[in-house]
Amino acid sequence: MESVQAEQRRTDIGPPKYDQFLHPIIKKNYGKWKYHEILKPGVLVHVSETGDKLYTVRMGSPRLINIDTIRMICDLADKYCDGYLRFTSRHNVEFLLTDPGKIDPLISEIEAKGFPVGGTGKSITNIVHTQGWVHCHTPATDASGIVKSVMDELYDYFKTMKLPAKLRIALACCLNMCGAVHCSDIAILGVHRRPPKILPNLSKLCEIPTTVAACPTGAIAPAVVDGVQTVEVNEEKCMFCGNCYTMCPAMPLANSLNDGVSIWVGGKVSNARHAPMFSKLAIPYIPNNPPRWPEVVEAVKNIVEVYAKDARKYERLGEWIERIGWPRFFEMTGIEFTKYHIDDYRFAATTYNTSTHFTL
Amino acid sequence: MANETKKSETPLLDELEKGKWPSFVKEIKKMAEKNPRAKDLLGQLELSYKDKVTHWKHGGLVGVRGYGGGVIGRYSDSPDKFPNVAHFHTLRVNQPSGWFYTTKALREICNIWEEHGSGLTNMHGSTGDMVLLGTSTENLEPIFTKLTSRGWDLGGSGSVLRTPSCCVGPARCEFACYDTLALTYDLTIEYQDVLHRPQFPYKWKFKMAGCPNDCVASIARADMSIIGIWKDDIQIDQDAVREYAKNGVNIQTEVCDLCPTKCMSWDGKELKIMNKWCNKCMHCINVMPKALRPGKDRGAAILIGAKAPILQGAQMSSVLIPFMKLEPPYKELKELIEKIWDFWGEYGKNRERIGELIQRVGMGQFLDAIGVEPKPQMITNPRTNPFIFYEEYFEEEGEENK
Repeated sequence: MESVQAEQRRTDIGPPKYDQFLHPIIKKNYGKWKYHEILKPGVLVHVSETGDKLYTVRMGSPRLINIDTIRMICDLADKYCDGYLRFTSRHNVEFLLTDPGKIDPLISEIEAKGFPVGGTGKSITNIVHTQGWVHCHTPATDASGIVKSVMDELYDYFKTMKLPAKLRIALACCLNMCGAVHCSDIAILGVHRRPPKILPNLSKLCEIPTTVAACPTGAIAPAVVDGVQTVEVNEEKCMFCGNCYTMCPAMPLANSLNDGVSIWVGGKVSNARHAPMFSKLAIPYIPNNPPRWPEVVEAVKNIVEVYAKDARKYERLGEWIERIGWPRFFEMTGIEFTKYHIDDYRFAATTYNTSTHFTL
Repeated sequence: MANETKKSETPLLDELEKGKWPSFVKEIKKMAEKNPRAKDLLGQLELSYKDKVTHWKHGGLVGVRGYGGGVIGRYSDSPDKFPNVAHFHTLRVNQPSGWFYTTKALREICNIWEEHGSGLTNMHGSTGDMVLLGTSTENLEPIFTKLTSRGWDLGGSGSVLRTPSCCVGPARCEFACYDTLALTYDLTIEYQDVLHRPQFPYKWKFKMAGCPNDCVASIARADMSIIGIWKDDIQIDQDAVREYAKNGVNIQTEVCDLCPTKCMSWDGKELKIMNKWCNKCMHCINVMPKALRPGKDRGAAILIGAKAPILQGAQMSSVLIPFMKLEPPYKELKELIEKIWDFWGEYGKNRERIGELIQRVGMGQFLDAIGVEPKPQMITNPRTNPFIFYEEYFEEEGEENK
């Protein structure tokens, strides 16, 4: 590639303006789309007021992709889409076509390269996830490995549209949740379970008052050990948020024996029918079991299958649980209900049942 | 760079090459054949799979000249074993609105990244950026210079305006109630300084969703969620409704009965909607996009305060402005944003998101401070407790002299 002189360095230019990346048919029909249909799993048609039609073929991706895979995707977009494409908010690739005759040949080529087409309508589309052991310094589990293992098992749900409603899975590898999974139908969340260690060089690496203030439950207090300024942790007050480690590298809480995964259910962000909902705790802890986390895969699959069998058409997982009630959810899924399921943090009282509305 | 890398054995990761879903391990392995960074990443990741912990050290401050964000510093805790990932910094590259690309533009980025980095990417990161995964400190400036020469810039990290993102919007969706791509681009350009240089108490995220389906999860993830809605009547094509009925949609049970406000009725010939009761949930429109469309008087609801759990618990955004027209140059919106940023800058504690600040001072105080009138759309119900902070009381005339 040609060399670039340092004087060409610019700052604060922002991203390229999007309009230069829009296919001519999109430019022509921008804001004029009239309706869409799902022609088959992974294939959409959008019809404009002008009569123009735009076809979309949606391809699943592992999110972590190399530049040769991007170039392969570009080759396909050059061949079938006049060199235009987009990505979705859930890491899928969308090929944009004007000729319906090219849809099936494109799908054949995508699948021949080992990538699936689907993720539309009443399906399980790609899992939104975080970095995990690939690139993060605070994870309680890996991200990509669990996602791969879960999607291998739920692959047919990506390629079909046979669920009662769409089902969105997300994974965050610690409570920082850079994947903001807290409003997903099923959320897989990495958890630490052992209070932080206090490294002997703490006072060199961290400011003591900031470290004390970092704890939302007041579990950290200043202390002097062997004449050296440090902190002490009241372990009973620790709820493993990890904020102390974020603020102070001398308080690591990653632990191979205790770190693992929790499972949360029933969240949504769409306003359709029911207002958006948070995900709620289903399973407090499953130990990390790489490389394929079979217990996590089984737990997710079980929830999906019980839901798929019992929910009514259009009912999202959270709407289904709200209708049948939590006692039935735990009974039908066979998940054990424990004291960990009962909230004891800031808004706990709002989650207690103050009625006789329940099933036995 | 050292080319002599010890050969990595990866029996655990090999298990993740199996199965039908495309494999991230195959992606890394393919790069590892020609890129020493990718090769050592594979080795270190295998070690994490064995040890069940991460092997990245805490944090690390690196960046490009003049910026305080956009690069995530990362250092291996085992640089002796994996010298090629001793530094393995990530660059966030601000994506174009709606994640639209030409192949030409993508290939240029691939070429830059092939020369200067691991060859591995995330398309895309959670906030929306293109993520270039792993390079060493001395490559940051050359990459930045090359990216900007091609029209690209870095996204946000740390206590800055994080890279704004949006749904596909009017580019390919009939539900879009405002131009999400244009607004995202406009705000990103307008606020470049706070995007690149940390000046806030903590992070701030904008997400633009064109309709209440919220395909970018703005209500869960954005400090300011801008969600398209309409004010007037849903547009109905009665012939198309009848066609859906003929083709097997049970209009009564699948549409009318599932309407949360029960504002629809169907007599087998005509669908009637009491629009003044409609809460714009989108269900009927989602089921019959050929027959129903959002109204023509379109704009957005502005909601405030979503965040993940750290620290006071997760919050969703709540209504701040029930309806605002959104047309360039977006003067009203920008005035609102800047008033909020001023208040947050003044009163926000270190690492306090706006949603937490509002919890701490109370929504009423917050509205006073930014000059927004209270509206019943902001709440699910009025308070149930009688502990009201009345701000004034009457005094007898001449009381102070007694």
